[in-house]
Amino acid sequence: MAAHGAHPPGFAHQFETVAQQREAGTLGMWVFLVTEILFFGGMFTSYIIYRSLHLQSFIQGSHELIVRFGATNTAVLIFSSLTMALAIRTAQTGKSKGQIIFWLILTMILGAAFIAIKLRFEWYRDYVEGLIPGVSWLDGGTHTPGVKMFMCFYFFMTGLHALHMVVGLGILTVLVIMTARNKFSSQYYAPLEISGLYWHFVDIVWIFLFPLLYLIGGRY
Amino acid sequence: MSTATADLHDAPAESGVNYLNASYGIRSWLLTFDHKRIGLLYLASITIMFVVGGVAAMLMRIHLIEPQGALFEPETYNKMFSTHGIIMVFFFLVPSIPATLGNFLIPLMIGARDVAFPKLNLMSWYIFITGAALALYATLSGGVDTGWTFYPPYSSHYSATNVTIVALGVFIAGFSSILTGLNFIVTIHKMRAPGMTWFRLPLFIWAMYATSLIFVLGTPVIAITLFLLGLERILHVGIFDPAVGGDPLLFQHLFWFYSHPAVYIMILPGMGVVSELITAFSRKKIFGYSFVAFSSLSIAVISFIVWGHHMFVTGQSIYAGLVFSVLSFLVAIPSAVKVFNWTATLYRGSISYEAPMLYALGFIGLFTIGGLTGLFLASLATDVHLNGTYFIVAHFHYIMVGGAVMAYLGGIHYWWPKISGRLYPDMWARIAAAIVFIGFNLTFFPQFMLGYLGMPRRYAVYPAEFQVLNVMSSAGASILGIGYVIPLVYLIWSMRYGPVAGPNPWKAKGLEWTIPSPPPTENFEEIPIVTEDAYNYPVAEAHKYPDAPGVARV
Repeated sequence: MAAHGAHPPGFAHQFETVAQQREAGTLGMWVFLVTEILFFGGMFTSYIIYRSLHLQSFIQGSHELIVRFGATNTAVLIFSSLTMALAIRTAQTGKSKGQIIFWLILTMILGAAFIAIKLRFEWYRDYVEGLIPGVSWLDGGTHTPGVKMFMCFYFFMTGLHALHMVVGLGILTVLVIMTARNKFSSQYYAPLEISGLYWHFVDIVWIFLFPLLYLIGGRY
Repeated sequence: MSTATADLHDAPAESGVNYLNASYGIRSWLLTFDHKRIGLLYLASITIMFVVGGVAAMLMRIHLIEPQGALFEPETYNKMFSTHGIIMVFFFLVPSIPATLGNFLIPLMIGARDVAFPKLNLMSWYIFITGAALALYATLSGGVDTGWTFYPPYSSHYSATNVTIVALGVFIAGFSSILTGLNFIVTIHKMRAPGMTWFRLPLFIWAMYATSLIFVLGTPVIAITLFLLGLERILHVGIFDPAVGGDPLLFQHLFWFYSHPAVYIMILPGMGVVSELITAFSRKKIFGYSFVAFSSLSIAVISFIVWGHHMFVTGQSIYAGLVFSVLSFLVAIPSAVKVFNWTATLYRGSISYEAPMLYALGFIGLFTIGGLTGLFLASLATDVHLNGTYFIVAHFHYIMVGGAVMAYLGGIHYWWPKISGRLYPDMWARIAAAIVFIGFNLTFFPQFMLGYLGMPRRYAVYPAEFQVLNVMSSAGASILGIGYVIPLVYLIWSMRYGPVAGPNPWKAKGLEWTIPSPPPTENFEEIPIVTEDAYNYPVAEAHKYPDAPGVARV
């Protein structure tokens, strides 16, 4: 992957120009996000179909979720999208690398806070209360099979989303290291921009999950 | 792999350093980012998978020589056809042309130094190998008996075989398809040489683009479906199991939402290859370039709205069946456009019958039979009679083997001089092509008759009156097997002993023929500037036939 002569850092040999490389990277991420939509789409479709088949059970299932934690997490994620956008903006306008790192770390803290709230106040509580199908399921006879199915979908969907958050945190870590090593400038910040697309996408998935799982019949 | 490169080193490469002799040793192959080497890595791996799937098929055909079964217990037979289906579909046909010829040719054809994301390309191969290794392990350590379709609740609650491991293998290999498709889409959009406009692209590129669209749009859905199936099996929770309110039909909908488009993943690249072969060996511009190009895209689009024709008799509503039946008929239109345009290209061309052309002509005939019998199955009434019989088996093998594998072999033969820098013995290649054609028809035509007479697929035994046709089919399979072994032998032989090919042994058009064989690692010394359409064959001899379709007016 030796760069040709006077090209800027991060320039790969298969490209002719820096602009071409940046466009390719951006298009690549957009195509990837399309595949992600289809990936989550299979689950969303199944959820919607089963919700219409077992409406009462799903409402009962929703009632097991606590809206205030979901709402807090929604706010945390939206705020993290803002800090991510600011990190990119800071690089674009050629600010110091300290400022870029500040926004990136803040984004990471918010992402980690989301996962922490999810684990401590939601999944852990579900575990104690016996609401996790296949792992800890305390069925006092009050739950129809449909409730169990709702909880399955709740864990699959939020679990898959949390997995994407963890991957996002890994990407942010790499970005912090790259920034610290002076890889970015106002001329070259494509990795920040492309990772930002991913981060926003994961947020948007949550924006769909939150009303579907919590707001329709949740516990306030 | 390393021995192959070492052998080539002895040969006088025509321009010195090329992608094969640029570096040596197993590491230089396993850590390569060169799209051409990655193409060869795929070629070697899917050949192994083809052999495994082929052996399973061979054992099935031997078993079916006798009505009561000659070899196995019925349970073993179930594992045999499942192995054959899973390996051939997910680990041979889906990656076959895209991952080998696609990887090798796309940058060469569009005038680029590599694909857009070379590291991602190598990662895709490792992902594929991981999935394939899991599938092979599951096969060898007890097998799987669900068929390649994994229908629940049998697959999720009743089967005691390695369903989870195989599903995981298919799940993982799916990401290799997704990333390959992503890489190709970006490459075709962003890496074209100056002057290489969309309508100057070779039709193989259009076909690969359409295939890549299906890769990125369809594969994630099968991935999530198998993920849900796996969770249902491991955690014993209900998603598709009717006992706890799940709906097995939902699995079938999601499965076929991918797996029907996957059929076009297998055939579209073959159509692209055939477009190249027909023009090269007719020495004529393709008839109706834009029609052929857009028919690839429309097949990709229509493929996503016809999946319900797999479910006419599984309990979907009759109205859904009607709609899916009508939509399925639509696929015939772009498919027929292609067949007519290839035929019109042949008309008054200067046709020569080298081995790749024999495969291409065989493809047109067999694909036409396979496509037309597909219409029988798209009709609700006839499908009720034919569903679940050998008629279906024969139909999709005419498309998958008569179509996709013929095109794959034709493509390998056509570009082999570019890949290896050597020529293979043409006479042997023509003989092998004829053997494949004869063996194929003898194997699968009797299966149309068996299916029409009502012999169900996936059974280890059958009534005695079906024996003659079954023996014919098994005899054909052994001929077909020989037809596949011969090219394997002479292609490997040619890597060391074949005559040096030169840059353009077929005198064909296209950027890949303008550079040395084998190409240098960077493909082009200078990125070319494209000034002419694809298939711009000289019109001198065509002047004799000024009214022939496709002849350029001067």
